[in-house]
Amino acid sequence: MQRFRITFAKGDEVKYISHLDLMRAWERALRRAKIPLAYSQGFNPHPRLFFAAALPVGFTGRAEMLDVVLQKHMELHEFASRLKGQLPPGLQLENVMEVPMTLPPLPAQVVAAEYEVVVESQDAPQEMQARLDDLLVVPSLPWRRERPNGVREYDLRPLIRALWIVGRRERAYVIGMRLQADERGTGRPNDVIAALGLADAVHSIERVRLLLAQD
Amino acid sequence: MISTALLDRILPTVAKPARYSGNEWNSMRKDWAQAKVRVALAYPDVYEVGMSNLGLAILYDLVNQQPEMLAERVYAPWLDMERAMRQAGMPLFSLESHHPVRDFDILGFSLQYELNYSNVLNMLDLAGIPLLASQRNEDCPLVIAGGTCTYNAEPLADFFDLFVIGEGEEVLLELLRLYLECRKSHAPWKEEFLQQAASIKGVYVPHLYRVAYHEDGTVSSIEPAKAGVPARVQKRIVPVLPPPPVKPVVPFLNVVHDRGMVEIMRGCTRGCRFCQAGMIYRPVRERPLQEVLDAIDQLLAHTGYEEIALVSLSSTDYTGIEPLVRELSQRYAEQRLAISLPSLRTDTFSVALAQMIQRTRKTGLTFAPEAGSERLRQVINKSVTADDLLRTAEAAYASGWLRIKLYFMIGLPTETLEDVLAIADLVKAVRGIGRCWHGPRAQVSVSVATFIPKAHTPFQWLPIEDAGQIAAKQQALRRALPGRGIELSWSDPMTAWLEAVLSRGDRRLGQVILRAWQLGARFDAWAEAFQPQLWQQAFAKAGLDASFYATRQRSFAEVLPWTHIHTGVSTAFLWEEYQRSLRGESSIDCRGGCQDCGVRVAFDLDRCPSLADDTVRIASEHARDKADRVAPAGRSHMMDSE
Repeated sequence: MQRFRITFAKGDEVKYISHLDLMRAWERALRRAKIPLAYSQGFNPHPRLFFAAALPVGFTGRAEMLDVVLQKHMELHEFASRLKGQLPPGLQLENVMEVPMTLPPLPAQVVAAEYEVVVESQDAPQEMQARLDDLLVVPSLPWRRERPNGVREYDLRPLIRALWIVGRRERAYVIGMRLQADERGTGRPNDVIAALGLADAVHSIERVRLLLAQD
Repeated sequence: MISTALLDRILPTVAKPARYSGNEWNSMRKDWAQAKVRVALAYPDVYEVGMSNLGLAILYDLVNQQPEMLAERVYAPWLDMERAMRQAGMPLFSLESHHPVRDFDILGFSLQYELNYSNVLNMLDLAGIPLLASQRNEDCPLVIAGGTCTYNAEPLADFFDLFVIGEGEEVLLELLRLYLECRKSHAPWKEEFLQQAASIKGVYVPHLYRVAYHEDGTVSSIEPAKAGVPARVQKRIVPVLPPPPVKPVVPFLNVVHDRGMVEIMRGCTRGCRFCQAGMIYRPVRERPLQEVLDAIDQLLAHTGYEEIALVSLSSTDYTGIEPLVRELSQRYAEQRLAISLPSLRTDTFSVALAQMIQRTRKTGLTFAPEAGSERLRQVINKSVTADDLLRTAEAAYASGWLRIKLYFMIGLPTETLEDVLAIADLVKAVRGIGRCWHGPRAQVSVSVATFIPKAHTPFQWLPIEDAGQIAAKQQALRRALPGRGIELSWSDPMTAWLEAVLSRGDRRLGQVILRAWQLGARFDAWAEAFQPQLWQQAFAKAGLDASFYATRQRSFAEVLPWTHIHTGVSTAFLWEEYQRSLRGESSIDCRGGCQDCGVRVAFDLDRCPSLADDTVRIASEHARDKADRVAPAGRSHMMDSE
């Protein structure tokens, strides 16, 4: 058994693919690349692929992560080069490394995620900075999330680790944010943007980094 | 081209946006500017249904292999997407290059189901193409169709420039070349093109035929309106199956049949009298075993699919089915390849096959006895016996399956209440066997469809049974089937009614379809979208009587609206089969002796059915090795495990 950690980009071409569809796309790409996948036990054996965290439909991702367990040993460069030619447009291999089998499952290692959100805004830089600062000074931010099975109420503030201006484009800003993403709670960039009063101005959202426990 | 910014505004607001975003593995992005003829291949249902159609996948592959041609795909946008598109003024566009459909040279629909007709009109409208062929000018794309519905496409005659009858592999390319030729030379090209197209075998240009009616509404004649147009259009076949596509588009979405498909055989020799496919896909042609194996090898390498379906109308009848399945299950065991066999027979041999390929949990096996009583099965020429079914059920339960699914029809010709109640007896007997093996965990699901007589079958002259009668029979069956371990499902009676009307309609139904669409009919095949009252209103407004099409017995002398379309099977044969059914006489499988259906003569065949040499050889060697194995016995179909 051997475990590879893939870092990949999910681009505009495939941003409307759901997490389940993405899993299937990876599984098929790995099969096309003739990677000797290890399978789970049981009635319906599945290849052992573990994604760090689901990416919502419509978001792009610059450094998504996936662990793949192999049944037979393979050289790292062989693994990467075989896989490269089998990915659909919009999925791009950024990095592959071998990780010990003994590490905890990838999803359990994720602690936070960083996003870059492009919002349209006529704000002057100071005004935009003030929006961010105003949000960060409050000690708590009661928030409601409508879900199919009812309304969930929670505090958004502690989920926001950091908030900054990445850059400015013509009539738009790129807002950076680091949000908690673990078993205690996962921050959602849309909620933060709404809290900034910019809900209707979102142009695009990209997850740029996943932070793992050992980082 | 549709701008990415516009798509990015709309797609996040609709369900399953991946239906419209393309970029799937193996989808072809050919150079738009370089292509001399551009074809949009359309399926008038949602992506998940359209992407499961093998016929379109074959044509997509074929057209894109031609250097000067290009094919892209388009499916019917679901209700939410239609709303968003209309609001934004966004025209129907192709998945590959996002070009508006009206920028293509040809828009080709696959017509497989009558309940998609309102979607055809809706797609034309969304594309900004005038619905009526007569209103389209020289700059409009040519609107054409193929598929099983074109064997009686009269209700759609007003909306299409031409129909391809039969198998499209050769004739589509002939049409496209003719198109290139006609567009090259002169400006007004369309009429000239259609005239010439009408003389290509298998091409039906509806406006070149004149239909006259008697006072009672029946057709009096269908005649060519011009010289040089054939009086009868004979369907096209390919004498030998062309190599199957091995680089199909692999969808991201979980489509209806999310697996690799290899057609192992075309046609069926069983001669079930209700089955339109069994009549129109004649003659039987098998694909050589070695070709099937090579194709699967390549298909898996190009797609990464975890499941392969061996497609045909009756997979167990493929001469080499056992060696094929055995080889596949050994060759791909390590990759955990699942193999599915759509449509198996009701016999223990089929259960043995299913057992061989079962890799996952044994959820259910499906068999289709179609009718409850022995007598009625003789009438429809599905001569599986009760004994066959019970032995098959025993084998399935004994092999570990917990659930058996049974397909029946009611409203079959000559059917009495007794025949219907015989369904209950069969089901209870099957449940009894299940209980012996699995106790209360054993399940039988029973699916009961309403029989709909179809064009070009021995039952084409018959009425659909009156809705009240059907309801009474359903009620009786429900009462006779109490209890635990049995799950009963029905087809919707109004859906069956509409299918019955449209499938044997004439040209006058064009105005009904148009009005129904104008009233808002969409996705009639979907329970959540179907509004039968719109169709009833449309009939009333058009001054036509739906029962004239659905519940009327036709005479042998009547000119049927599809008389000028010839499948190769003679009307005399169909009538004779109908008469035999009334006498309760079954007819044998054509592998056991030619039944003179007319196909051999029509297509000048020396071998029919055409069984592949290598398959016959390998199968007979195999049979020698395994002389003690159970031989194929039953005659009914069995669908694949779920």
